[in-house]
Amino acid sequence: MAALWTLPLLLSGCLLGCLALTPPDELPQPHNLPPLLGFNGSDGGPSVDLPMALRVFSVDYHHVQAPFEIVLWIMLASLAKLGFHWSGRVPAVVPESCVLIMVGLLVGGVIYGVRHSAPPTLSADAFFLFLLPPIVLDAGYFLPGRLFFENLGTILWYAVLGTLWNVLGIGLSLYGVCLLAQSSLGDVSLLHCLLFGSLIAAVDPVAVLSVFQEMHVNEQLHILVFGESLLNDAVTVVLYKLFESFLRLPSVSGLDVLLGGCRVVVVGLGGLCVGLFFGLVAALTSRFTSKAQVIAPLFVFLYSYLSYLTSEMLHLSGIMAIVTCAVTMKQYVEANVSEHSNTSIQYFLKMWSSVSETLIFIFLGVSTIQDVHMWSWPFVCSTLLLCLIWRATGVLLLTAVVNKLRRNAVTFRDQFIIAYGGLRGAICFSLVFLIDDFPKKRLFITTTIVVILFTVFVQGMTIKPLVELLDVKRKKRALPTVSEEIHSRLIDHLLAGIEDVVGYWGQHYWKDKFEQFNKKYLRRFLIREDHQARSSILRVYQELERREQRGDEEAPPLVDPRSHSRLLLPEEMDSIRRILSRNLQNFNNKQTPAYSRHTLHQDTTMDRTRKPLHRHQSLGERHTYNTITHWPQVEDGEFSESHRVRAGLSRSHTVCSISPRPVLQDSSASAQTAPADPRPAGDDQVFPQHQVPARRTPKKQLSFVLENEKQQ
Amino acid sequence: MGSSSSSTERIPDAQELMQETGFSAAHLVRLYERFEFLDKDDRGELRLDDFEAVSELAMNPIGDRIIGAFFSPGRETVDFPSFVRILAHFRPTDTNRTRNGRNGAQPEPANSRTSKLKFAFQLYDQDRDGKVSREELLQVLRMMLEMQVTEEQLQSIAERAIQEADLDRDDAISFDEFKKSLEKVDIEHKMSVRFLE
Repeated sequence: MAALWTLPLLLSGCLLGCLALTPPDELPQPHNLPPLLGFNGSDGGPSVDLPMALRVFSVDYHHVQAPFEIVLWIMLASLAKLGFHWSGRVPAVVPESCVLIMVGLLVGGVIYGVRHSAPPTLSADAFFLFLLPPIVLDAGYFLPGRLFFENLGTILWYAVLGTLWNVLGIGLSLYGVCLLAQSSLGDVSLLHCLLFGSLIAAVDPVAVLSVFQEMHVNEQLHILVFGESLLNDAVTVVLYKLFESFLRLPSVSGLDVLLGGCRVVVVGLGGLCVGLFFGLVAALTSRFTSKAQVIAPLFVFLYSYLSYLTSEMLHLSGIMAIVTCAVTMKQYVEANVSEHSNTSIQYFLKMWSSVSETLIFIFLGVSTIQDVHMWSWPFVCSTLLLCLIWRATGVLLLTAVVNKLRRNAVTFRDQFIIAYGGLRGAICFSLVFLIDDFPKKRLFITTTIVVILFTVFVQGMTIKPLVELLDVKRKKRALPTVSEEIHSRLIDHLLAGIEDVVGYWGQHYWKDKFEQFNKKYLRRFLIREDHQARSSILRVYQELERREQRGDEEAPPLVDPRSHSRLLLPEEMDSIRRILSRNLQNFNNKQTPAYSRHTLHQDTTMDRTRKPLHRHQSLGERHTYNTITHWPQVEDGEFSESHRVRAGLSRSHTVCSISPRPVLQDSSASAQTAPADPRPAGDDQVFPQHQVPARRTPKKQLSFVLENEKQQ
Repeated sequence: MGSSSSSTERIPDAQELMQETGFSAAHLVRLYERFEFLDKDDRGELRLDDFEAVSELAMNPIGDRIIGAFFSPGRETVDFPSFVRILAHFRPTDTNRTRNGRNGAQPEPANSRTSKLKFAFQLYDQDRDGKVSREELLQVLRMMLEMQVTEEQLQSIAERAIQEADLDRDDAISFDEFKKSLEKVDIEHKMSVRFLE
């Protein structure tokens, strides 16, 4: 296994050579917009031609230079990624982003060494226009909608207020530092500090996602951090542009500040509206794609990208636009296009976002190697410190307030993860390059790079062990008894159910209202007639059949060889506790993220069968529990007419996830049906094929994207 | 606030219900609206399929039992007073009542700690014999743990739970034992739906 990753390494080495040997650029400044796509290329390549008219063999590099180099970079990035995943133990310790940055550093170093000039850097335009949209689109498309909207208040709270807190805090404190270090930093004005604060304070979705992949965090936490990183773009963009325009103004008045505040709202809501518009148009377009199914996926990408570009053109928040567009069009597009198109869309999204992300990190590494660094110990160190401090205090304060209003309190562990997991990434990097030139700009660039590297490397690598340490400590303090655990969880489920019955006004009330509106107007308009009523059920049946055909996973019998005695041994106790803590999930607090960068749901089911390493003695990773995030929204209204069908469907949720109860094998079939279950008995005939003998735990899940929890 | 009693006019026996359950008029009205919303056929009472139309409940592992708890034994419909009485269990506990401070004349309010625990207990105890047998515990465990553990592990978990709680060694958990095992848990907060305050 270890030898296999030397192959990508060798190939990468060759690529490095190619890149390094491409003739150097005539324009040494790394900030110039190159003619194409932001890669400082070379012009004038070697060409060999024989003196006569005889040209049997010639090389014309210049002709293919730009695409060639682009492809080389992408190839390098992808091979590095491959190598990373093959390299045994490394993925467990080091997040992918770190490795990619290191590769980038290496490449940058080699290029610098060979050429003695700065390697190509990531131009801001290339980043914002080409590299960022796929990632955000992917994130938006696979956003667990229900969870997101349930936590929307908290997310907005963190995103808007938290970012404001961070920006102002960091900006003002940095100004204080500059005042203190008059000698070296005296010419950095307050506005500059605030500008810097605005770009350094924002948490970056790319970096956050890549680190959280390897960590197992519960769904709710995942969506909080991730949602925050997405939504704070509006605030960041506005503040950045605000301070930048303030810098250009001769003086700043209070009115300007007020107008700036209004701009936040305009930018955010404007992005939202643009996204909504394009999302609905895309949904409508997809309605008519039945005759040309092959290009249906194209519309998804085109419309999303268009929404991004439009909002960027209008100086609105592009990220919000593209996320809104994706979220809006998703349910209608899925209902309208064919199965294959759906798969294509998902796969392409994953692929593009993967490539983008890899490229971004590699270029971050490469761009670090350059001539323009200016170092200043007080500035850099204080920035690092302040980022951490302000984020921590911000999270603590905000959480204290928001916990009073939430049912699921954000625990201390979660708060720590939110605060410590606030990684900075390429967005800061690009923004810092866009600043108008002023004497200390190079200092800002250097500091930004240092902060990014620090957060990605140090925080990214240590967050997992620290969290585990926290868990351990927490466990040592108060070990709940098994009874307490079980009964507490029962009560949690009970409460969730009661709240659903009562209809949590404010949340479910509006959700119900929206669902009614959706059913009456939107779906009729945007979804193809023949797909409207049957769409979801049909898809569910097809999904089930597909999984059925793909075969069930055979779980290795996880038998505890010890017989039950009255007194349980401590090891058993531990294993029981482990089982409970992993499985008795609070209904809204599942341990697996519904979003995964690397895989789609089908692959996850297949992957896990081939990794017996991950099966330790207790249990498989089947989290059959995972919320079916989309189905409820879609099916909510439709089934009131057909009770049997819907009952069958909801039964299928439970059947699919619970599937054969182990009791089915032999004894006590009566106990199986004992739960007061006055459903029509005919239900069970709806899915006869699922009554498979026990010990087999087929993973028939209807969630769209899953990632199973990795076992320790 | 202070909605006039005129808005509760549509609700039969509103005053008595408010008295009995402690809900304010505003809450009662909202609960009535919710009741009407759930009652799709406008029958004035809820049936099983009305509950099942709440999609999130279908995904709840103990959703069946929760729904069942609304129906009095033997009855197939839930009228509004029953609906409200069940939900009264989930009102936050009145803080001005000390735990031992009530005189014996008043019945235990629906949202006291004991009543809440009783409600939870009855989710286990389907045959209403006042005890949660091993089998009943296993059933609930199966529902909650679904397919993630084997039968042996389920057995040992149930075994352990009964061991911890069963003080009189009758291999079942009585209500008092249940209460005792949860004495460290803040039931009043956990089992309250905040906005019903």
